[in-house]
Amino acid sequence: MADRRVTPVHVGEFQEEGGVVLTSVDAVINWARKNSIWPLPLGLSCCAIEFMAVAASRFDMARFGAEVARFSPRQADLMLVAGTLTYKMGEACRRLYDQMAEPRWVIAMGACAASGGMFRSYPVMQGIDHIVPVDFYIPGCPPRPEAVLQSIMALQKKIEKDSPSRQILRRTAAPVATE
Amino acid sequence: MSAPPEAPSPLARRVERSVEDSGRIFLNMGPSHPSTHGVLRIVLELDGETVVRAEPDIGYLHRGMEKIAETYGFTKFIPYTDRMDYLAPIANNIAVCTAAEVLMGIDLPPRAKAIRVVCAELGRISSHLLGLGAFAMDVGALTVFLYCFRERETIYNFMESLTGARFTVSYPRVGGLSRDMPEGWADAVRRFAEGLPARVDRDIERLLTRNRIWIDRLQGVGTIPREVAISYGLTGPNLRGSGVEWDLRKEMPYFGYEQYEFDVPVGTKGDAYDRYLCRVEEIKESARIIRQALERMPSGPISVGDGKTFLPPKEKVMTRMEELIHQFMIVTEGPKAPVGEIFWAHENPKGELGFYIVGDGTARPYRLRMRAPSFVNLSILPWLLPGAMISDTVAILASLDFVMGECDR
Amino acid sequence: MEAFPDAGIEAREFRGQWWIDVPRERVLDVLRLLKEDPDLGFVFLNDVTCTDHPEEEPRFRVVWVLTSFSRKERFRVRTRCPEEDPVVPSATPLWAGADWLEREAFDMFGVKFAGHPDLRRILMPEDFDAFPLRKEFPMEGTRSDRQWAKWVLERARRTEEGRP
Repeated sequence: MADRRVTPVHVGEFQEEGGVVLTSVDAVINWARKNSIWPLPLGLSCCAIEFMAVAASRFDMARFGAEVARFSPRQADLMLVAGTLTYKMGEACRRLYDQMAEPRWVIAMGACAASGGMFRSYPVMQGIDHIVPVDFYIPGCPPRPEAVLQSIMALQKKIEKDSPSRQILRRTAAPVATE
Repeated sequence: MSAPPEAPSPLARRVERSVEDSGRIFLNMGPSHPSTHGVLRIVLELDGETVVRAEPDIGYLHRGMEKIAETYGFTKFIPYTDRMDYLAPIANNIAVCTAAEVLMGIDLPPRAKAIRVVCAELGRISSHLLGLGAFAMDVGALTVFLYCFRERETIYNFMESLTGARFTVSYPRVGGLSRDMPEGWADAVRRFAEGLPARVDRDIERLLTRNRIWIDRLQGVGTIPREVAISYGLTGPNLRGSGVEWDLRKEMPYFGYEQYEFDVPVGTKGDAYDRYLCRVEEIKESARIIRQALERMPSGPISVGDGKTFLPPKEKVMTRMEELIHQFMIVTEGPKAPVGEIFWAHENPKGELGFYIVGDGTARPYRLRMRAPSFVNLSILPWLLPGAMISDTVAILASLDFVMGECDR
Repeated sequence: MEAFPDAGIEAREFRGQWWIDVPRERVLDVLRLLKEDPDLGFVFLNDVTCTDHPEEEPRFRVVWVLTSFSRKERFRVRTRCPEEDPVVPSATPLWAGADWLEREAFDMFGVKFAGHPDLRRILMPEDFDAFPLRKEFPMEGTRSDRQWAKWVLERARRTEEGRP
């Protein structure tokens, strides 16, 4: 759904992989990013309650640096769509996604966000990926909090593979991990 | 397939100003907002800090459950009721199963009723804990939220050992319960219920009830007079906080609630503080009911055995023809409702959850209407919010303790 | 629930619950009588809802569910209205809670309530053009995912640029 941007290949000083300097810079930036993922909990329905349980003391999202739930999209990195998305709400969801600054990721928590879930009915969007690009889908109705934590860890692994230094140094539109 | 018509977006719908050029501003609260307890959108017209007009906009979680019920039938519909009031899913399941049983004219064995009482009260404790926790968090007392969740995790453990799921349980069936209490469950729940009032005192009441800030923020805020509460159809702690002594468990009892000794807290002034106190006291009363129900737990079957509504025991299904046919009919079609209609309501944690079911002789209800307490409780907002400050809006919304899953269905 | 004073209306019962069927012109009088009579005292409106019977004439049935605190009982009042003229009187003069309940009945069935202050859709988007709980409306809806997604994205893009 998002635009595909292609990196023009620059033959020049920097090797494609970046060399030792850039990979170290990448590693530092990725380490900082992955350990401070601030979620925008789009808590729509029951999965929001399990999300609250993840944020509470038993499962404790703060271990991952992610307990800072910012409800303003400008301040959040991860949009965690937890619950059923209806068509009426879809516009709000898309606008929130548009307002988030890069790098941004989207996790579809629960069966309803992933595919409409048990609601094959007239007002329910059959999955949020019709309107926003999704990085991870967490199955479950609702998913256990451990599954949510697993998805955050998987997101951390995805962030580790990112190359933010290319974007910063070359000032070209590098394909960011958000597609 | 029709193409969608061109029209302004719902979020940009114009709310006309009451007085032109008055300098009032419109503030859009929601649908994604930390304090609206779900996807509720309120358009506030403000004169400085005071709310002059409030127009709620709901339907952002409308999932078409009533239509689904007409298509799917009673047993398949039980998981959908979990997702209605998702703070106490077990209570909704119990309400819909009982409504179907009333329609079909089934009387449950006493053990099933007692277990349903225990589950309903556990659901009430769980819902009020989260309601209070979110209430405290919105007003600013974040610690209470974490303490409440600690207690809720214990309840989740109980639900998981009883039903297999922490949260969206789908535990009862039409005609009984899907499984009996496991070994040691009753003792563990009893110990939990015995210690709960002391923990609520220590972790919630000592932090909040006589807290100067809490009292200043809640007393006199969101006052609902008695007649207004009745006229708007409020139920549950919202109605009782305004001084109306109406609790279905006492006035129109079901499941044998008349044999349990418990009090129903009723407020005097109808403000947010009274509603808070009602909920805290209700947690303690629920613990009392659970203790009594577990002490007097009758033995016996947990389901009706006529084979028309509830699955027969597996040993008989595997060895006898009649039970095999019953199993087949119940699994493929489901329990059949007679031609007729009923309205049946339960005292849910949020208020009175009512089901108006019209049966047509088949296994699917002709019409299943859910009278959701949160829907009716929210209708008072256009009356209640004007005159309050913006910061009071948050306290008022939290004190009404609604859930959008139930409101929009 | 037996002694109902109105002439010509009989009360019916199923599973211990009682109701009456009244013609739609008399609904408001009956509701007012039930509410204000001190012996009856049905001061509480639980619910206003509809059922759809497309093969019968009149098509829609509207049901009011009332509770009496003093008698600790419930009672239902039913009426019918045809498809060509789906109007019944609104109970908002008697109960403020009827406001939203009637809006939902209108939203889902298309039944109009005469005298309602602000009858518009409440659960579906304002510009939705069908009535979902009517029997001919399919559960999955009449628009495809792609059409709906296009609708949503169009709205989101427009309000971003337009800044209303």
